[in-house]
Amino acid sequence: MTDYVPPLRDIRFVLDQLVDIGGLAKLEAYHHADPETAFGLIEESGRFMAEVVGPLNRVGDVAGSTLDGDGKVTTPRGFTEAYRRYVAAGWAAVPFPPEFGGGGFPWLIAVAMQEMMTSACMAFSLCPLLTQGAIDMLVQHGSPAQQATFLEKMVSGEWTGTMNLTEPQAGSDLGAVRTKAVPAGDGTWRITGQKIFITYGEHDLADNIIHLVLARVPEAPPGTKGISCFIVPKYLVNEDGSLGARNDLRCVSVEHKLGVHASPTCVMSYGDAGGAVGYLVGETNQGMRYMFTMMNTARLSVGLQGLSIAERAYQDALRYAQERRQGRAAGSPAGEQPPIVEHPDVRRMLLTMKAYIEAMRAVLYTNAVSIDLARYHHDPAEREARRELVELLTPISKAWCTDVGFDVASIGLQVHGGIGYVEETGAAQYLRDGRIPPIYEGTNGIQAIDLIARKVPMRGGGVVTDLLTQMDLLDRELAAAGPELAGMRAALANGVSAAREATDWLLSRGLAEPSDALAGATPYLRLLGLVIGGWLLARSALAASRLLRSADGSDAVFLREKIDTACFYTEQLLPQAAGLLPAVIAGAGPLYRVDLSTAALG
Amino acid sequence: MNIVVCVKQVPDTALERKLKPGDATLDRAAVDGLINELDEYAIEEGLRIAEAQRDAGADAEVTILTMGPEKAAESIRKALSMGADKAVHLVDDGLAGSDALSTSYALAKVLSGAGFDLVICGSESTDARMGVMAAMLAERLGVPQLSLASKVDTDGSVIRVRRATDEGYDEAEASLPAVISVVEKINEPRYPSFKGIMAAKKKPVATLSLADAGIEPDAVGLLSAATEVVDFAERPPRQAGTIVKDEGDGGVKIAEFLAGQKFI
Repeated sequence: MTDYVPPLRDIRFVLDQLVDIGGLAKLEAYHHADPETAFGLIEESGRFMAEVVGPLNRVGDVAGSTLDGDGKVTTPRGFTEAYRRYVAAGWAAVPFPPEFGGGGFPWLIAVAMQEMMTSACMAFSLCPLLTQGAIDMLVQHGSPAQQATFLEKMVSGEWTGTMNLTEPQAGSDLGAVRTKAVPAGDGTWRITGQKIFITYGEHDLADNIIHLVLARVPEAPPGTKGISCFIVPKYLVNEDGSLGARNDLRCVSVEHKLGVHASPTCVMSYGDAGGAVGYLVGETNQGMRYMFTMMNTARLSVGLQGLSIAERAYQDALRYAQERRQGRAAGSPAGEQPPIVEHPDVRRMLLTMKAYIEAMRAVLYTNAVSIDLARYHHDPAEREARRELVELLTPISKAWCTDVGFDVASIGLQVHGGIGYVEETGAAQYLRDGRIPPIYEGTNGIQAIDLIARKVPMRGGGVVTDLLTQMDLLDRELAAAGPELAGMRAALANGVSAAREATDWLLSRGLAEPSDALAGATPYLRLLGLVIGGWLLARSALAASRLLRSADGSDAVFLREKIDTACFYTEQLLPQAAGLLPAVIAGAGPLYRVDLSTAALG
Repeated sequence: MNIVVCVKQVPDTALERKLKPGDATLDRAAVDGLINELDEYAIEEGLRIAEAQRDAGADAEVTILTMGPEKAAESIRKALSMGADKAVHLVDDGLAGSDALSTSYALAKVLSGAGFDLVICGSESTDARMGVMAAMLAERLGVPQLSLASKVDTDGSVIRVRRATDEGYDEAEASLPAVISVVEKINEPRYPSFKGIMAAKKKPVATLSLADAGIEPDAVGLLSAATEVVDFAERPPRQAGTIVKDEGDGGVKIAEFLAGQKFI
């Protein structure tokens, strides 16, 4: 594994040219976030992540977090010090409301910083990520007293947060949650039950851990309508803000996982000694509704993990390919082994990685800026349009980027050849770490269902078809840009046409026979992700070709390569979209013709 | 205590640096500029001394002093985001091409005008690599110089430094005001924090022209430089390495190679 270099140039390009960070700073809520300030923050946090957090990645993977007999979890060497410095530098607070000690910066900026933290060390980044989810929940639904007690220390990162959803019988289906909450008579509740897969449920990075726990109150209706959300702190907090008694909860086990070894995935037991003290968030039985309000940002963050892992895998693969000498390049003299980057097949792998990375970054940052615009744009129509776009893009950000991110990590390992399969290179770690994002925060299958069952039908299909129309309109600009971008036009038009056909089929078929639409959900999500990525890269290429007229030196090289990468994506990767169409519109029939329900082995 | 840290913006050492063919000065526009890495230790030490002074109940202030083109303002802002209180930026087209002698003249003019208790320099700049600025400044200002410090203590009136030598270290002390230079070993420079970056936007930066600083135009700049780059050539491309095949005599061959290059 080599050092992580924050991809500042591409991040800056996307911020300036694709998502218009300058326009964002014109909104009243973000006047302080002018592009220079925002980029200054990104640059400095990137340096911090690369130099302080980056070196933890490998050691964290090898050592992992460990649980001792007393329920105490120890993170790998270096984690507590790096986390202390992370809190001291104030990076955790950047996007949160100033009234709780936050910086009030756009979510877009937080996402750029999060990309770099996750690339530096994904296992480390999960602790702030979960805290961020808990903060979001309390900002939106906590009472003023709860906010005053918990938020400031969580925003600063001095205390961390967790989300306690899953139980052994309640995974994707949270309606099956059994953890109980009973009123204690003094306004607080007593929580009993067991939760699994609790990321950073116990650790040594912070003084207190604020658990958000889903549970059922007495006489709650069955299913998701009977879920309530509770704050259950590891240590109770005294009136004066100091830490009080240890709450009745403990970590009983830490999972042995495929990847993210440094991130303790805990089995948490609540109420072994009678009941953990909990505080109800909002109203009873509204827990699932509250969860949905923070789901978009959480899913975007997980999608980002696909990008972050891919970027790190690409950096390693590129450097390896530039150094490793092997074989004979076409036309080169015998006996002189060229670096493997000179072989066309290795080049294909590297360029594929690079192109997917740039497409993912474009999709994710577009999603992020839309969250900000949906909140703060002065025009209500634009707010609504952006809200719709966030709804549509979120499952794509989550599922497409984590699937592609894993694919890219796999290509990165392939570039290394046999040595990539050996742990010391680090290529294998990206593959292992990158395997969880497609699973958690709603599996990618669930994302595909969300896309076809909730998002595509929005406004009778209007949201997705409006987006496809916008893509068609780009063709005129591409045509005007001259022969350089001409190759993109047909490729993009084919992709959009496949997306349109697939969408029309889903819209009509989904109503008549839902199982047919569900059968095509995953290929549809991939198809739409590929096409949206192609559209955004084509827009990037347009911007780059405009800028290229007055650029020189290394800027010109960057812009030139931006265009060439976009051409490669649209002309060589995007055509997969049309290939996915038959799988989208095949219906459920073929999946049930083979009798897997009773199929015998052997 | 009035602490001034001299900070130079230099081209990123990770990038290819070039001299301009016309006047053989560094092409600063062609590459990204950043704080001379060795100056970061000087900034950190200045901040630590100021913090210690304040903890002891004394007033202390850290000022960044930079001479350089407008672009150097980025580096000043960064030094302020690390925690320095204010900055002075000496910027004037007439300064372009100044050598070490005239640079020290200009900086000394600003320093003696503004006043100081302690001036801190990095050990050298990563572009010019002269390592003489602290000595020249001390000479021009008529104050003691303690160079290449790896540890600094001060009570506000006397300053003591430790300086590594081949055998161990020297301890030296001087009364303030004084000029010191520090080495990389002395500390670990802090990262600018989120709050520091935001606060830096509001910190005062005084911009001085030659006239503002009372510097005679003919005392600085390329034409009045006492040194001149007469000629330069691009670094030749790296040669392919020599491959020695070990046929049981590898050790001998390596020794011969090293002796041939006069390494042993």
